[in-house]
Amino acid sequence: MSAIPTIAGYALREALRRKVFAVVLLLTAGFLFLYWLANHYLFADVNSLGSPSPAIEPRTFAGAFMVGLAMFSTLFLGVVLAIFLTLGAVRGDAERGLLQPLLVRPVSRPTLLFARWLGAIAVCTPYVIAVYATAVVITGVTGDWWPDHSVVPAIELAAGVAIVAALSLLGSVFLTATANGIAIFMLFGAGLVSGLLGSIGHALNSHRLEHWATIVAWAAPFEALYQDGLREITADTIGLTGYLIQLGPFGGANTGGVPVRLWACAYLVVVGLIASFAFSRRDL
Amino acid sequence: MSAALSVNALEKRYGSTTALGGVDLEVNEGELVGLLGPNGAGKSTLVKIACGLVRPTRGRAEVCGARAGSLDARRQIGYLAELFRFPGWYSADELLALHQRLAGSGGGAAERGELLELVGLADARDRRIEAMSKGMQQRLGIAQALVGSPPLLLLDEPTSALDPVGRRTVRQLLEELQSRGTSVLLNSHLLSEVELVCDRVVILLRGEVVSEGSPAELSRARGIEIETDEGTQIHEGTREDVPRLVAELVAAGRQVYGVRVLTSTLEDTYLEAVGGETS
Repeated sequence: MSAIPTIAGYALREALRRKVFAVVLLLTAGFLFLYWLANHYLFADVNSLGSPSPAIEPRTFAGAFMVGLAMFSTLFLGVVLAIFLTLGAVRGDAERGLLQPLLVRPVSRPTLLFARWLGAIAVCTPYVIAVYATAVVITGVTGDWWPDHSVVPAIELAAGVAIVAALSLLGSVFLTATANGIAIFMLFGAGLVSGLLGSIGHALNSHRLEHWATIVAWAAPFEALYQDGLREITADTIGLTGYLIQLGPFGGANTGGVPVRLWACAYLVVVGLIASFAFSRRDL
Repeated sequence: MSAALSVNALEKRYGSTTALGGVDLEVNEGELVGLLGPNGAGKSTLVKIACGLVRPTRGRAEVCGARAGSLDARRQIGYLAELFRFPGWYSADELLALHQRLAGSGGGAAERGELLELVGLADARDRRIEAMSKGMQQRLGIAQALVGSPPLLLLDEPTSALDPVGRRTVRQLLEELQSRGTSVLLNSHLLSEVELVCDRVVILLRGEVVSEGSPAELSRARGIEIETDEGTQIHEGTREDVPRLVAELVAAGRQVYGVRVLTSTLEDTYLEAVGGETS
């Protein structure tokens, strides 16, 4: 077990040195600037135009929509980072000859995999939390609107990215770096699409669409956590405003709560066990 | 006492391809064994099984009595792969420190300094690996393999990127390790190198041992070439037969101008064993 901090530190250092990290930081700065600009203009219009209906609270509607958009963008950037830090961790590194010198040391393969995951999430999860928190503060300061719950969505976004990192590590046992990157991005995209379909099903009262979207969200729990986080930001918002937010793309169609969070933990363990088993049997 | 490396009826198959077809091999304590064979003979597979990177299909490999690949076995080995790479952003010193932590070596800065000195990289201690030549990286790889003073060293083509001076440095290093009692399995294409440093040579062909012995045993006598006034003739015999043969020729009235004892080199034996096969 003493090898875990050593290898996690190795992975962390590798992550911070990669150009992709600098690119993500640059993109993040650009995104946050645009996000501030969008908030600035949106809330200026909300203040001047007022509400189309007395039953709708425009500031809440605009704020929830913007923070929902920020959550989507944050998840996307976090996932990009997680995938690029892990996509070649096993097969990619083995093909480049980086893995063998580490594996002939008295370090078990599951330990190495776990440490690589820790190294990746040590970069991704603080990043996701920081971007989300900055976006919430921008909306709060610019539009004077704050989410009903702020902490749980942050944790759920971070957990979603941690799950994607684990899936990417699992994929790296079987696939080359490029193939794995494509596969995990497609899986992530499929999860997002199913979430949107769930929202459409909710708006149109299509139970079968909602049902299948829920199944996909549980099969890819990063999506379920994201949906749950979206739901949390307006969990206490009631009336027509709350209903309309729920119908939108950032409404959090699937209610998850504690069961989804527990399932996400179990899912991580299962992915870790499968990856460890497969890695242990792999010739390098 | 168990051998540093003991391999019994070891088999490895990749689908329908047989990489190793029942190999028996031992590397005893302090012994330096050279592993020869054409490309695809199974040399790297054998070394990889010994250090736990590849799982055998059948048979057994043990390192100092522990099953190859187990944590106990991996505590006893140092390994340099044929195709290896170290993270370019590490300095030589940082890389060795990383491997010290992973190997559980308490040698600290003194061990790192000694190893860098041993491979001629004392001046490159703080140089980043990405700024090193391939030869320097290979020497650093050897230093990395020596972290924690493992009793068994598995070296897969350790001199492939080295210039003649670098090769001599490695040869001297291997002799030094031999004198310290370290066992070495050296996988190399350089027959002259193997002939110079190894106690024993094992030749693999298509996953099987086809010849084995000391370099001297494998370098057999091929006759005696004698040049006389009637021309050059090759006579059967060894060095000990030279005085008798010359005396007989002189007695028969021949004038002897030159005598040469013919021996087959390791290269001849190798080529004979592998039948000119290259891949």
